[in-house]
Amino acid sequence: MTGNQLAFLVLAAIGCLSALGVVVFGQNAVRSALFLVLNFFVLGFVYFALGAQLLGITQIMVYAGAIMVLFLFVIMMLQLRQDSSAKEPTDFKRPFAWLFGAALALSVMNYVVMPLSMTAESPVGDEFGRPQAIGNVLFSLYSWPFEVTSVLLLIGIVGSILLAKRRI
Amino acid sequence: MNIPQWIEGLANGTEAVGPIPGPILLAVVKVLLLVLPILILVPGLIWWERRLLSWMQDRIGPNRTGTITIPDKAPFLRGKKIRFFGLLQPIADGVKLFLKEDITPADIDRKIYFIAPAIALFPAFAIGGTLPWGAIRAPFEQGVSGLYRFLTPVANVDIGILYVLAISSLGVYGVVLAGYSSNNKYSLMGGLRSSAQLISYELAMGAALASIVLATGSMRMTDMALEQEKPLWGFIPAVQNWFILTPFGLLSALIFLICMVAETNRAPFDLPEAENELIAGYHTEYSSMKFAVFFMGEYAAMFLFSGIFAAVFLGGSSLLPVNWEHLAASVPSASGFFRGMAWFNYWAGPLVFLGKCAGGITFFIWLRATLPRLRYDQLMNLGWRSMLPLGLSNLIVVGFWVVATKLWGIGGGWATWGLVMSILVVFYLNILAGTRKEALSFGGRKVAMKDPAPRRAVTLVDPNKP
Repeated sequence: MTGNQLAFLVLAAIGCLSALGVVVFGQNAVRSALFLVLNFFVLGFVYFALGAQLLGITQIMVYAGAIMVLFLFVIMMLQLRQDSSAKEPTDFKRPFAWLFGAALALSVMNYVVMPLSMTAESPVGDEFGRPQAIGNVLFSLYSWPFEVTSVLLLIGIVGSILLAKRRI
Repeated sequence: MNIPQWIEGLANGTEAVGPIPGPILLAVVKVLLLVLPILILVPGLIWWERRLLSWMQDRIGPNRTGTITIPDKAPFLRGKKIRFFGLLQPIADGVKLFLKEDITPADIDRKIYFIAPAIALFPAFAIGGTLPWGAIRAPFEQGVSGLYRFLTPVANVDIGILYVLAISSLGVYGVVLAGYSSNNKYSLMGGLRSSAQLISYELAMGAALASIVLATGSMRMTDMALEQEKPLWGFIPAVQNWFILTPFGLLSALIFLICMVAETNRAPFDLPEAENELIAGYHTEYSSMKFAVFFMGEYAAMFLFSGIFAAVFLGGSSLLPVNWEHLAASVPSASGFFRGMAWFNYWAGPLVFLGKCAGGITFFIWLRATLPRLRYDQLMNLGWRSMLPLGLSNLIVVGFWVVATKLWGIGGGWATWGLVMSILVVFYLNILAGTRKEALSFGGRKVAMKDPAPRRAVTLVDPNKP
């Protein structure tokens, strides 16, 4: 086992456990949000291990550092405690949910994990994931989607202000 | 044995110490060289803060802890006192914090309560991961060379400055979780205030650093250090191009300085722990060593943010903004002296860098002694209406400057810089003149932009009387 594989296994284990923690172990909303933060943080390290530094640090900065802070902010403002977390009543849909979930997991296993487990090292070069390489691609080949995304974000900001403020 | 060659062998993997491979050993050494000085110097910083603050406030401060008086029975030096200027005060503080009763309030979220100080401490130390504390290039060499490149920074990654921003954005978690888990309204309010403050000032900080990234053309902090060794403004070769000496860099430095104080929750931005409103804010319910961990995190963050300021704006580990190599080449009569200065500048670099960090911390303390705490609306106004527009317009101007320098050379670049900057200043003054008017019209509704009238005491009305 190479160092890369070991690092990946450790990171993936923490990532999977924290992802389960979001929905399974979490007793209240704040704990779930914290598990999600941990998951995003570890995912950033998985990207680092793959050599995609910029993607990894963006993951940490945007998701773990900014978005989840706002999530946590809102959850704390709502003052959700242990007893007020949602308790689902059991119904006939639950076994089907387990079935389809297992089917999805198996198909992912078959089509994604099995082929990937054959590759020992990531086949990308040193240039992969560098800020310069991403910048070159982003501002030449994908400049149109990039600009359109920024317009989309601007629309989102304007729309949220419109919804939040009664009188402008 | 030649130590630099041995360290180079460790880095290349050709040398090893026993069973430990060289690169792994070197990585541990790098981390220790970053973290140990901070751990050692934090008590000194606390002493320095207390003494300097007392001097500024016309007090004496802690000056006698550890004074040894020789007893009268002693054979010599009877009755003499050996003074340490109170330097042992931090040790006494530490012993006090260790031995204090550790109170855990009832009905708290226990796991989060105990893990919050650790979460607060982690980003405070991790932020220095890409910080170079020594010159990455030996004098009279081209490109990366010399001993310090093997020892600093911990990780010389492409995304250096982005890493700093990402880790500093994680700093909010410790504060917010401490506030949430303490089961105390004051703590919670302190935590929420802190998160709002950090989110607001991160943007301006990012804009300030982005303009430096544009000017350098790289996000590596070592590249920024190398860029600052070039001729000043592109045409004065005897002086180094420290970013604080360039016009756009000065503006960025001011914005970064203000945001750095806000990010570390220090006065005048210490609203999360405003004692007259929130007791002690997010660490109200933390006592003994758990409080000390928060304290330590704050000082480590101050130290490392000062280091980042020094590395990005103040020429890194260079003592003076003088290009000794150029002087040695161009003034043959004093060439030996200038060569000596260049090598001195290189080897004394880490100490100079430490001195710059100490200067930054002195600035923090000076601010605390000088400025009163901001009101919450003033804080938000400063962040969103002054810092962010200034930072963004600076970014635009630097973009123009970079393109114009590439197109028309150095003179054209600076001419374009002046033109765009003056347009933006006129634009900003115009907006300011508009908002300063007595009333703004919002769809026919007039809104006064003056300060509201002072609140009056509530008049009591007896409900029984008609």
